[in-house]
Formats: sequence, C-alpha cells, structure tokens
Amino acid sequence: MILNPAIIALAVSAFIITLMLAYASFFGLRIIRHWDITSGSELQLRLERSTYLISVILSNVLVFQLASLFLFIFTADRMHTLFVGAMCAAGTLKVNAFGYPVLAFKAANFLLAFVWLVINSADLRASDYPYTKIKYSLLLVLAPLVALESAMLGLYVSGLSPDVITSCCGTLFSEGKQGVGSGLASFDPHASLAVFIGLVCMACALGAYAYLKGRGHVAYSVVSLAVLVSGIVAMISCISPYVYELPTHHCPFCVLQAEYGYTGYVFYLTLLIGTGSGLGAGALGMLRPAESLSTVLPAVLRGLVAWSAVMFAANAGITLYLVGSSNLVM
Amino acid sequence: MIELKDVTKVFNSGRPNEFAALRGITMSIEPLKVTAIEGPSGSGKTSLLSIVGCMSRPTSGRVWLDGREITSLPERFLTGIRRKTFGFVFQQFHLIKGITAIENVMLASYPTGESRPGIRKRALDILGMLGIREKAESKSQWLSGGEAQRVAIARALVNDPEILIADEPTAHLDTRLSEEFMQIFMRLKEDGRTIIISSHDPIVVNSGIVDSVRIIRDGVLA
Amino acid sequence: MFTGHRERNILEFTLSSLLRRRGKHLALVVIYTALVFLLASVMFFAGSIREEASIVLRSSPEIILQKMIAGRQDLVPMRYAEVAEKIRGVQRVSPRLWGYYYSPATKSNYTLMVPDNFSYGDGHIVIGNGIARVMSAAKGDRISLLSPEGDPLTFIIAEVMDSRSELISSDLMLVSEGDFRELFDMPEGYVTDLALSVKNEKELSTIARKLSELLPGTRPVLRDEILRTYDAVFNWRAGLMITLLGASVFAFAIFAWDRASGLSAEERREIGILKAVGWETSDIILMKFWEGAVISLSSFLMGMVFAYLHVYFTSGALFWPVLKGWSVLYPEFRLLPHVDLYSIFTLFFLTVVPYTLITIIPSWRTATMDPDEVMRA
Repeated sequence: MILNPAIIALAVSAFIITLMLAYASFFGLRIIRHWDITSGSELQLRLERSTYLISVILSNVLVFQLASLFLFIFTADRMHTLFVGAMCAAGTLKVNAFGYPVLAFKAANFLLAFVWLVINSADLRASDYPYTKIKYSLLLVLAPLVALESAMLGLYVSGLSPDVITSCCGTLFSEGKQGVGSGLASFDPHASLAVFIGLVCMACALGAYAYLKGRGHVAYSVVSLAVLVSGIVAMISCISPYVYELPTHHCPFCVLQAEYGYTGYVFYLTLLIGTGSGLGAGALGMLRPAESLSTVLPAVLRGLVAWSAVMFAANAGITLYLVGSSNLVM
Repeated sequence: MIELKDVTKVFNSGRPNEFAALRGITMSIEPLKVTAIEGPSGSGKTSLLSIVGCMSRPTSGRVWLDGREITSLPERFLTGIRRKTFGFVFQQFHLIKGITAIENVMLASYPTGESRPGIRKRALDILGMLGIREKAESKSQWLSGGEAQRVAIARALVNDPEILIADEPTAHLDTRLSEEFMQIFMRLKEDGRTIIISSHDPIVVNSGIVDSVRIIRDGVLA
Repeated sequence: MFTGHRERNILEFTLSSLLRRRGKHLALVVIYTALVFLLASVMFFAGSIREEASIVLRSSPEIILQKMIAGRQDLVPMRYAEVAEKIRGVQRVSPRLWGYYYSPATKSNYTLMVPDNFSYGDGHIVIGNGIARVMSAAKGDRISLLSPEGDPLTFIIAEVMDSRSELISSDLMLVSEGDFRELFDMPEGYVTDLALSVKNEKELSTIARKLSELLPGTRPVLRDEILRTYDAVFNWRAGLMITLLGASVFAFAIFAWDRASGLSAEERREIGILKAVGWETSDIILMKFWEGAVISLSSFLMGMVFAYLHVYFTSGALFWPVLKGWSVLYPEFRLLPHVDLYSIFTLFFLTVVPYTLITIIPSWRTATMDPDEVMRA
C-alpha cells in the first residue's frame, strides 16, 4: 500500500461514484418494476423524478471515468521511481495483476456510460420515454462493472509495494518477447498504421453512407470499435516509436507527457469520443424503432455518426502528422 | 379549449392521511372566455387550477388541451407546454426579492433558449403596455402593491401565452387595486386571451367580464 | 435546436443570485478555500522538496560503497578503492571524507565535508549561508569547532556559499583533509565512504554484485535506490498529511451536504417561484450545477493561489515541523517553485470532484419540488 495524494483522490472518488451508482441502481430497479407512463399515481411521479437524478449521476460518471482514466495513468507514471525496473506508467501498472485491468475497465465503463447517455438523451426527446426499461436494464449492467472497477483499483493500490521488481515499457513493449504488450509491439509498424488509417477511411465512408441513407449504424459501431483497437495497436507498434524517435520505444503512455506536447491526450480523447459516439449510434440503431421518436431519431443518429467520423478523421490527421513530422526513419 | 374527464387527485395515497383533493371532475373551459372558479379554501380550487394549468398530473382521469391528451406527459414535456400556453398570476404575486422588476419579468423566459436582448425587449414592451415601464429598473421589494401586481401580470405575459390563470388575485388587494386588476384583465380578454380565475371575491365573481362561474366544494363541481 | 442561450441565461441568473446572497455563500467559500489551501500547500511543498532532492541526487555518484561492521557503518580502508577501481565498468573511484558535527551552541547538526580540491588550505573553512545566518558570521570571521576530546579548533571563514539549492548547502561546512582528520581524530588511510562513477546504467547491478563479492562486509548503495527511498518518504509523508487532512475533507463534505440540502425559506420560495413560472427540473439542476461550479472554481483558484504564496514566500511555514528535516538551519530557505498539471489534477480530484458528487443528491431534491407548491403555501 502506498499513500500518495493522487491514489487517495482516485480511491475516494471511485468509492463515492460506486455508492452513487448503487443508489441509482436502486431507483433503476424500481423503475423497471413499476414504470407506467400512463399512470398519474404518486409512485409514478416519484419514479419520473428519480430519472433526473440518474441522468445527472450518469453524466458525472462519464466525466469522472474519463478524467480518472488519465489521472490514473498520470499517477502510475509519477510513481515509477518507486519500483525497481519501472521507467514510466507501463511498469507501474505491471507491478501487480490489477493495473492493466483497472485501465481497461475505466475505458470500457467510459464507453458504456457514453452509450447510456446517448440512449438517455434520445429517450428524453419522446414524451412516452420509449427506452426507459432498456436504459435502466443497461444501468444495472454498468453499476456492477463500475463497482468491480473500484474493487480492482482497491486491490491494485493495496498490492503496490515498493520492493516489487517490475518491467518497464522497454521490456513490456519490446519486440521478440512473449506477452500481449510485446506481441502488439512486434506487429509490422507500417502494416498496423495502414490498417488503422484504412479502418478510419472505412469508418468515414460508412459514416457518410449512414449519414445520407439513415442505415448501417450497427455496422458503423462495429467499425468504430475496430478503429479503437487498431488505434491502440498502431500507437504501440508504430506511432510511439515515431513520436519518441526511438525505433525500440513502444510505450503507449509516455506520449501523454509534457515532453511530447500532450499530443497523447488529443490522440486518446478523439479516439475514445469517436468510438463512444459510434457505439451510441449503433446502440440506437439496434433498438426497436420507437414511433414517437421517428421525427427526431434520424437527426440524432446523423449527429452521432458525423461527430464520430469527424473525431476519427481528426485522430488520423494527428497520427499522420506525428509520423510525418518525426525525424525517425523506419 | 381545455377538457377534463373524471379527474381525481389524491395525496398521500395508501397512507392514513390519504386525502382526495379532486373527485371525478368533468368540465370544459371555453377559449377566449373568462371562467371563474369559486369555492372556499380547501375546496380543491388550487388543485384544479394546477391540473388545468399543466403544473401537475391527475391521479386518474384525462385532460385534453386543444384536443391533445396531456394526461400522461412527463414533467419535462408538460413544462414546455405550460410555458407556451399558460401564464400564471399568484395570490401574493411571488416576485423574487433583490432583483429588479424587469428581471422578475424576464426570468420566466430564461429556459426557453431565447437570447436575453430579445426577452428584455419584450419584457419592456409589456411593462410599457401596463404603464410601469419607468419602474423596470426598480428592485421588486420597493414596488407599491399596484406596481407589484402589474409586474406579476407582466411576468405571466412574457411568453405570450394563450391562457392566463390567476389564483385568488385580489385576496390581498384593497378595493381600488382589485378593480384596477379586473380592468387590466378586461383588456387582456379583449386582446383575445382565455382567462381562468379562482376566487371567492365578489368584485371578481360579479364583475362584468366573467363569462361563467363554476363552483367547487369538497373536490366536486356543483 | 441548441443555441446555448438557455445555458447562458441560467448562468447569468445564477451569478446574480450568488452575488445577491454572497453573505450566505461566504462561509462555504471561505471553508472551501481553506481546504484547497491546506491540501495544495501539502502537495506543492512535497513537490518542491522532491524536486529539490532529485536535483541534488542527479549530480551524486551512481554507487556509494560503505563498509559495515556489526550492521553499523564504519570507516573504509583506502585499499578498497584500488579493488573497486579494477572492476570492469567502473570509471572512477573517489574516496570521500564527510560527517556530521553537532553544535551545542546552536543546537543543530552541520554536514562537514572535504571537497576534492580544497584551495584555501588548512585552518580555513567554507560555510553554507544557513550556518552563516545562525552564527551571524561573515567572511573573514573566526569560528571554533570542538573535537571529540573537547579541544577547540579555530578556523577562518574563507567563503560563505550562496547556492541556489539551499536544501543541501545551507548546513554545509567545507574543510581541508588535514583539518577534518584532526577535528574528528580520524586515522590516515581510512575514508568515510567511496563514490563510484559508472558510465553504463545497465551495468549497475552487476557492479554492485561484484563489489559485494570482492569486498564482503561492504554495502553498495545505488543512486536509484536513494531516489526511490526519497520518493517513498516524500510521497508517504504527503499521503499521511492528506490522510490526516482527510478528516477535514470529510468534515467539509458534511458541511457541503448540509449547506446544499438545508435551504433557507427564502431560497425555497425562490425555487418554488421559478418552477411555478415555467422552469423545469433540469433547469433548476442546471442552475444548481452552475452555482456549484462557480463556488468550486473560485474557491479552488483562490486556495491554490494562497497555497502558492504560502509555499514559495513563507516556504510552507505551517508545515515545517511535519514535512521537513531535522535541522533548525532550514527555516529561511526559499523553495523553488514547482507546480505542475499533475498536482493541480490531483487537487481537483481531492476537492472539486467530491464536492460536486456530494451536492448532486441535495440539489436534485431541491429541483424536484412541486411546481404548484407556491400556490399551496
């Protein structure tokens, strides 16, 4: 266990967020059981009021997940000096088995909260609240996941002890070794970059189709998930060596540091927001079309797809700029 | 045109202090007319006004506004309709202290998403029409009773509603101010607005502008 | 369509309401600011010391070789230097003479060192400006130090060091080798420890292993290990402080909750009016959000500015006893400014995030007031 202000901050906020989601789930469960929009009973009025609270809580969860994702990486990076062998966040996260899962959960819960809020905002546009039950069922999925994330954060933090010898990004993400990180790093850099850019182009094309025809949103969301994955792979195998101008340095976290102009934030933010909007569009496309939404839904979907495609295009632009402006030749 | 069918409103349902404020109200309110709702306090007047004015939902029964059923609309939508359709004048005017008269008028328009200069211009016009434009920048707590009453009316008018609802508007006014109030309402009626007043004040009920009087007692229309 | 006017209108109304009731919010802002101030002071302070220490350590040798007897540090025979020099990868071995001198007069510890080439010769001394201050001595003055037997040894002050990084140099005294040995009665052929410079960082652990094989009874101390220990200590101390302050964070949270849920009759009436004239629950929630944002941001900024002033102009006078070292010489040193995105981010998470989360439920309760409540009053 290491007492560090940032760790305390992360743990306390995760605890509060988990409690609030538990509270929200309690209301969510009651909504699933008793929701009847046609009724004017006091119970129904109370349930409708609780929907405001749940929306506010979820918006906060979304912002919190994103901010804490970066604070978590930041903290891990700062703590690397405490661990033998760690040279940046990559090593600190490797200190015990929970570091990387926490990170993955934070990203996944961010995306889930994003999808939830997309469904919520569509739902609130129709006076019969057509997606209410789906929405609160999804909440009952999200809440345990966030609780699990907080528990893992607790395990990660309590398992941090300074005598652990860990590996640094140099070994974690170096070619020719075993393990997921090394596997990602040993991809052919130019092929992985090409796959990523290709997927972004595909997303843009499919996005244009969905935008114009109002169809293909589910396919778009699948592609946007692929863009996210290929983006991370490309970052590890190709973009990071170009950014650091070191052919062997494959760390996906160092790029978040000030030395590289915080370009990492722009890269990951555009990627995450683009994917979130894409998944949101897919989720709305997958839901049973509600008659009451028939006038507003197409505009909502168009907005999401356009926003997502713009984010991806911006991300690809930044990536190509980083690679193009690097002094490294591979 | 507002229609109510078999409307009931129950408070604290299922508990020992359960109490039905409205019991099976069926009525319709004619457009462009002045309807007075008369009844002693505790008769269900306020509950009825609040359901008619889309402020709350009935426990059971149905309500139509211009042919559209609004009974099961959630608050989010009901408020939108209320803002566009109804203007309210309350018993004690309920102006917010510490801000100016014009701000009190404007704040009813803030959530509509209109820009401030536009709202301000309209608010000034309405204050001008009511003859208190020069009081626009006075703090609301320094206004005289008559001025406060006009500011309250201006606030009810700022979103240009078709229907005005006044809840016991003359309860705290002397005779002169009460008559003045009725004159203003006369003008508003002539402008083509529907007016609903709850009152048991003879100045209101017996004034020439009221087209129909409905009497409510113990939550039932007489 | 989204025009942003609704948000702006409500923000402007919120600001005017806040100003109208500034007396009521003053207590909250003062307490909030004080909390941010305390936490920010701890973090900035710890950050500066950490930075200071790492500046010092950057120039220190990669390996320090100590001799141990019965688990205690002992003098190192000079011949060890020859052994160490022969290990592959060791660039240079410098024997070091240094130690602490306790001055009963000022009740403080000084660090006494023999520099590589002391140009002033025997009988002269160079002192740090912290010592100069405490002794109110200047260049050219004479000072005496006592040997273990109690014999005074007099030195002429040849120079007062004026260094940027005062943390290390303020309690430092530099003397010649002869004087050092005489003062501490230290035999020839022995030194305090050996400093080894190593070119390739990757060979550090191999060299350390070889040293303990060739010279059993010695302890090689790696620079990285020192850095790690420093970091752990500073982080731990700051964490401990934050945990202690956690009680105040908790108290603040309760206060904030109480503030947000206990509305005055006047405020309740106002929100009732707003709802009655057509504000919707989410409009009131937005208003409450703006209110919290304005209070949080102003308190956060003020607290940070005060903390900055506190740490960099008074050198964190409030935490002296807790966070800093042992010597009474430190009081006047000026810390190098060290505020980074990370500390700001962490502070934000320690104060604004809990405040925001805690006020969600009370402001929702307020916002869901019945719109017809004012008619029933």
